[in-house]
Amino acid sequence: MALVEIRDVYKSFQRDTQKIDVFTGLTLDIEAGSFTALMGPSGSGKSTLLNLIAGLDKPTRGSVRVGDAAVSEMSAGQLAAWRASNIGFVFQSFNLLPVLTAYQNVELPLLLTRLSGRERIERVKLALDVVGLADRADHYPRQLSGGQEQRTAIARAIVADPTVMLLDEPTGQLDAKSSQEVLALLQRLNNEFNKTIIIVTHDAHAAERSKTTLHLEKGDLIEKPRAMAGTAR
Amino acid sequence: MKYLQLVVANLGRHKLRTVLTVASVALALFLFASLRSVTTTMAAAAQFGGARRLVTLNATGLVFPLPLAYANRIKALPGVTGLSWANWFGGRYGDGKNFFANFAVDAESYLDLYPEIVMPADQKQAFVQDRTGAIIGDRLISQFGWKLGQNVTLQGTIFPGDWTFKIDGVYTPTDPAIGDNVLIFHHEYFDERIGRAGIAGWYIVEIDDPSHAPAIAKTIDDLFRNSSSPTKTGTEREFQASFATMWGNVSFLMSTIGLAVVFAILLVTANAMMMSARERTGEIAVLKTVGFSDKLLFTLVMVEAGAMALTGAAIGLGAATLLYPAIHFNGAGFLPGFKVATSTLIFGALVALGLMLASGLVPALRAARLPVVQALRKVE
Repeated sequence: MALVEIRDVYKSFQRDTQKIDVFTGLTLDIEAGSFTALMGPSGSGKSTLLNLIAGLDKPTRGSVRVGDAAVSEMSAGQLAAWRASNIGFVFQSFNLLPVLTAYQNVELPLLLTRLSGRERIERVKLALDVVGLADRADHYPRQLSGGQEQRTAIARAIVADPTVMLLDEPTGQLDAKSSQEVLALLQRLNNEFNKTIIIVTHDAHAAERSKTTLHLEKGDLIEKPRAMAGTAR
Repeated sequence: MKYLQLVVANLGRHKLRTVLTVASVALALFLFASLRSVTTTMAAAAQFGGARRLVTLNATGLVFPLPLAYANRIKALPGVTGLSWANWFGGRYGDGKNFFANFAVDAESYLDLYPEIVMPADQKQAFVQDRTGAIIGDRLISQFGWKLGQNVTLQGTIFPGDWTFKIDGVYTPTDPAIGDNVLIFHHEYFDERIGRAGIAGWYIVEIDDPSHAPAIAKTIDDLFRNSSSPTKTGTEREFQASFATMWGNVSFLMSTIGLAVVFAILLVTANAMMMSARERTGEIAVLKTVGFSDKLLFTLVMVEAGAMALTGAAIGLGAATLLYPAIHFNGAGFLPGFKVATSTLIFGALVALGLMLASGLVPALRAARLPVVQALRKVE
């Protein structure tokens, strides 16, 4: 059974008087432990797909399931609690809170858990250590480079040990060197820690690091995955 | 508690704005407490008055005197057990910037009728026997650095000339409405100096039973109804209340100004909170993505608003409570016993809670209802 099951999903937006159909019956399975790259031109529905998987958005029709959770059926309150422990989300523009240190940013998802203060400290230190920023814990985002900011965001995404990591153009604002560092880190998280990773990217280098590449165009999957980890129907 | 760092960090985002907002709230509550205290102090003063004391005034008004010859006729009435009289003097000390009340009284009878004026027996005795002596409230000692036995000179404003008095006694009032910054001297000396002997500003009439007050008051007024100076008699409480009534519109004005100030500050605070929440639209969307629920975000924004409103209120109300007693404020003698009443503190705390709700509710609801996807699209 796939970790992420997307079944006959329709999604449309209303822009002024115009109805825009993003997905018209998308079906997709993503296996646990996979590293999937979603590629495609702007407006093809990549980010919308991530939002649907994260429960940030609801399909107009169809179902989205992640593990045992029927994401598309859950209420806003249930989704918030579910996201806290099951989704690690990384944005293109890092989106760290500028008033918090790297440590405090990483700790945010753990505030929503029942972990003790001591346990939170251990988890945050471990996450920062994994992304190689243990020595930057007390730095504010403005004191970090773009690559360091993105690694902090990745630490925030992994600190609660989520079921799946979703990354929306994580290298979009990074230089080549920082991009390679971030991609290497993601590859390591997938290989060593068996994290399920779904990444939206325009970057061919990023896609090369993945085990599976899915191409979306106008809401349709137009290519089969390179490997069997992801299966489009 | 674990979310405290988030609240503190957000409050520190624009330190100057936070400080100014808190200062605005503090100033508003300080003004509110001060203005309301004027009203409550006047109301408290109107409650002053012995149940067995009546006050007889000239029916035309307080500024018109009564003949001293009325004294024996009033004293002879059934139910009257004591009588004294007094006259407003209105003297000025030094440059007159530090005003205090001063009036002439029939010393012995006046002190008998006012047991609230407490001082050592020897000082009382010295005053009664010293025609040009005076007694003063203990505040005047600290205010002007006067000493017992010292001569002080007042410049008469209504009754011209330099009036020198020897301080024979220092009293401590047991009721704040008596005033601890009053100078009292002999009516006999006053009468002699002004060259218009035989007048009294008002009479204080002690009666045997408070229940007889209306009947005795009527008897006094009937007695002088057809004279050249008809009287108006009432209980001392009514006398005080009439002063409060004179201030009636001022009280209303002060309450209105106090609330208007609070409302103006409310707009400032609400604007600051909304600006702060608007600036953080993207961050709120990120927090929702991380898993923060609508309810939690609503609470956090309300706590921020509450922290600012309640801190400001604590500073403002605390300052008003501590400042006035420290500087012995009494409204130039017109507001003896001025203090911030407990009811004002409670009312102020409620105003602060209202401020918190009014300024925090809109941004908190906006945060809770923020559609994540649209908000993320704006920041990404």
